[in-house]
Amino acid sequence: MNKYLLYPGCSMDSSAKAYMESLNEILEPLDLHLEEIEDWNCCGATEYLGINLIPAYSLIARNLALATKQMDGTRTVVAPCSACYLNLAKADYYMQERPTLGAKVNEALAAGGLEYKAGTLDVRHLIDVLVYDVGLDTIRSKVVRPLSGLKVVPYMGCMLPRPDYQHRWSDHEHPTELDDLLRALGADVIDYPLTTECCGGHMTQIGPETAFELIRRLVADADERGAQMMVTVCPMCQMNIDAYQNEANHFFGTNYHMPILFFTQLMGLAFGKEPGDLGIGVELVSARNALANIGVEVPVTQEPAAPRKKDEGLPMPRRWTRHEGKKEAVK
Amino acid sequence: MPQMTDERIRAGLTREEDLSLLHEVSMKTAGVSHLEMCIQCGTCGGSCPVAMDMEHTPRMLFAMLRAGMREEVLRSNTPWLCVSCYHCVVRCPQEVHIADVMYTLKGMAIQAKLYTDSTAPHFSQTFVDMVEAYGRSYEMGLASRHYLRHFPLRLPSMMPMGLGMITKGRMTITPKKIKHLDQLKSILRRAKQLELTS
Repeated sequence: MNKYLLYPGCSMDSSAKAYMESLNEILEPLDLHLEEIEDWNCCGATEYLGINLIPAYSLIARNLALATKQMDGTRTVVAPCSACYLNLAKADYYMQERPTLGAKVNEALAAGGLEYKAGTLDVRHLIDVLVYDVGLDTIRSKVVRPLSGLKVVPYMGCMLPRPDYQHRWSDHEHPTELDDLLRALGADVIDYPLTTECCGGHMTQIGPETAFELIRRLVADADERGAQMMVTVCPMCQMNIDAYQNEANHFFGTNYHMPILFFTQLMGLAFGKEPGDLGIGVELVSARNALANIGVEVPVTQEPAAPRKKDEGLPMPRRWTRHEGKKEAVK
Repeated sequence: MPQMTDERIRAGLTREEDLSLLHEVSMKTAGVSHLEMCIQCGTCGGSCPVAMDMEHTPRMLFAMLRAGMREEVLRSNTPWLCVSCYHCVVRCPQEVHIADVMYTLKGMAIQAKLYTDSTAPHFSQTFVDMVEAYGRSYEMGLASRHYLRHFPLRLPSMMPMGLGMITKGRMTITPKKIKHLDQLKSILRRAKQLELTS
């Protein structure tokens, strides 16, 4: 059995709960055991680092310190979220590179009765463990429902392959780990040069117009290449492409419908699991039609209330025709 | 002020530069920033996905740091637009920790109250307030406080999305708290004292 310590991160039980549910479904077939770090706290995302230094790194390091207490037979911490992965890896690395930072962070940790010696733990992302520890051969051997006929673009995002302190990835800008994994599941993987371009990060919250352009590039390119869905390894990427696609469509007058699922959801499907157990159906841009291509039926979940119908009023031009017309012009 | 050396005079440098701002930013940055090593090649701006919305490219900002233009640098929208995608970081021939320098500049701009648009600093501060209060991020509280304050006009078009997130169980109404919140608070209190003395 392969044992690892798990740092889930805040989004795994809220916006990215589909990621957690599908991860739990694939653990047993792959003989993986993930032990959650007890009483972990938020990593601060990209926000705390921009306010002050020592508190931001102390917040991250508390998790590392707690993890060392559970190092029974493993020293590897697995993070499924790219931003959490980067923050944990970054704290571990910089506390070594700048010993004064390490000393100050430890002084702060001591106020809570904790300490962390940088370099004690190995911080890795989930897909790293799946591709390099579990291995593609093992993954391939568990596939009972090959995803052939499902056209996907692999979207790695930016915080996973960069800055890559420990040299874990095949490439910083065009890594192939996710492509290889999806091919092992039998999916039709479309080459996607934008695979490590940014989804907008927190700009959806603070500078929406900047974010919408980044989302548009990714979705438009995936659409032009004939993808039926995008596949991601990061809760932030999923959230931006999924939840803000509609607003971006509205902003540009486009009409894209590009679902985005977590790679663990596709692994679950390929391993023969039920879509309902994999969190499929909670995405806002529905993947139902895309999955129909491989004969997977997604149970109907309750959709958000539709806008009030006004058919009985005076005859009005229908709004969507305007958008349909614009879509061609923009593409 | 460094001494005028023969080498510097031979290189045509007749006036000493004041590098104190550059050093200050470098020292406040996590890790070894390599900021002093910038050769002004512009690879960073050329790699940046949001350069089109920036007032200064990273290269230009670093030149301004070297020139000691404190106020202009801290007023620039550049650090606030950085999306931490690290494209520039892996391409920089001098291995400058560009994204981390941007974090430092944001912190300095908040301290000096020199930012021009408050949306981003408020978002960061609200996010951190939630984390300090609960130990976990609290999306519902963050979203409602932030959008009411900065994007009231965006709310109608965002309602279907927010409703979808709630009905599909992707956003909880109440915050989640960690068990040992007191421990976290003591750590952060001490960390803030250490920040002031460094």
